[in-house]
Amino acid sequence: MSVLELRDVNVFYGDFQALFSLSLTIEEGQTFAVIGANGAGKSTMLKTVAGVLRPRSGHVLFEGETVDHVSAHDRVSMGISLVPEGRRVFPSLTVEENLLIGAYRGREGDWDLESVYELFPLLKPLSKRQSASLSGGEQQALAIGRALMSNPRLVLLDEVSLGLAPVVIKRIYEAMEELPGRGTTILVVEQDVQHVLTVADHVACFLEGRISLQGTPGELSPDDITAAYFGI
Amino acid sequence: MNWVNIVLQGILLGGLYALFAVGLALVFGVMRMVNLAHGDLGILAAFIALALVQSAHLPLLWASLLTIALMFGIGYVLQRGLLNFTLGSDDTRPIVVTFGLSIIIQNGLLLGFSADSRGLDAGAIENASIHISNQLAIGWYPLLVFIAAVAVIAALQLFLNRTKLGRAFRATSDDREAAELMGIDNRHIYALAMAVALVTVSIGGIALAIRTTFDPSTGPFNLIFAFEAVIMGGMGSVWGTLLGGIVLGVAQVLGAQVFGAGWGILCGHAVFLLVLALRPSGFFARTVTT
Repeated sequence: MSVLELRDVNVFYGDFQALFSLSLTIEEGQTFAVIGANGAGKSTMLKTVAGVLRPRSGHVLFEGETVDHVSAHDRVSMGISLVPEGRRVFPSLTVEENLLIGAYRGREGDWDLESVYELFPLLKPLSKRQSASLSGGEQQALAIGRALMSNPRLVLLDEVSLGLAPVVIKRIYEAMEELPGRGTTILVVEQDVQHVLTVADHVACFLEGRISLQGTPGELSPDDITAAYFGI
Repeated sequence: MNWVNIVLQGILLGGLYALFAVGLALVFGVMRMVNLAHGDLGILAAFIALALVQSAHLPLLWASLLTIALMFGIGYVLQRGLLNFTLGSDDTRPIVVTFGLSIIIQNGLLLGFSADSRGLDAGAIENASIHISNQLAIGWYPLLVFIAAVAVIAALQLFLNRTKLGRAFRATSDDREAAELMGIDNRHIYALAMAVALVTVSIGGIALAIRTTFDPSTGPFNLIFAFEAVIMGGMGSVWGTLLGGIVLGVAQVLGAQVFGAGWGILCGHAVFLLVLALRPSGFFARTVTT
């Protein structure tokens, strides 16, 4: 059974249509990457899965059941967790408090403070620090750790490498490779194609609200990807 | 009357103002909402307690506890059923709606209780005092109110800092949408924040009703004092409201002593404006900018 399925999803911002009859299927344990230029609808798709945006028509199915009428906060209890673009850590809370907020709904699972500190050892010495004082990379690690604290079945990552130093991006992608082994499925959205192809099992390229190309990284040639990415 | 005594009376009065102010600060801190009916809700609590004492013949303590529990429920329902729908892009909507609510409460109280001045009778404690020297005596009752204010503020700070729910309050205050993505239902958090705020202002309203007389138009006065205490303390700071209340209380009592009885409140406003000019963000500004 697929973890996530989108069926003919149409999403609008007012009169502006951002996603056009979008359908995709993600299997359990997969790392599914969505690439595409600015404004292709990648973040819109993630927000629709997380429940922040509602499709005007079409359905979102999580583990075979429609979640169209489930609010964003209740989807966390079902096992969907979004790491939002721009990290969005709670600036006045300490690192540890941010992580504990991730566990607010109390889903059972492997992830707790200890295992998150194990995955991101850089967070441990910062645990009592106010998260506003963290660097971008530290905040990104915190945002991912916070999402994992909810013990998600499906974790949604929005532009995790944006604005980070290459060495930090490398560390975050290394951490990402450890997740499928723990039963977590990943849906990652990136503009930066290079890194994401190293971890993805399946790639979909978005162009103007539609999927212009998809397949496994092995099947797709760099030229195909470039053409699908820019629509040329 | 010596000066130490006057300043002491002002400090104790500040405790009462802090009881009115702390709920206002909490609501503003958690949901960035200005509640113009806050003072009237405190007076509503005083009238409910009065009705319970007079009609149901309950002892004042039980009437007060029952009122506080009732106001918790009223706060939750009011926020969840009405005020949550005013929040969003337009900051003026909650102001207009709570202004309307303030008028409704005042006129409802006029219909139910008339414009007569009332008071709650706490018995002998109201006039008992601790004799320190010939020049200096502290009233038991103002002291108890002050202790209650410190206890309420300390409990609230402890709740915000140490509990899971308090953490959720702060996370929602920082970033409502990100908190929603972590599984926190902000409609519930906001309703709880209003419920807690009305508990604190109910304690303030009942304390005021024992200390002095009150009538349906008393609310807005106390709202102004509460605003001044919150702004002087620093928006969003819980302990700041106590300091703001104390500064206001001392300014009023000192002003009344120096310039005559009618000048006290004006002196309070003047000191508030002075603080606003010199330290616009208050004594303990807690806003974190990113």
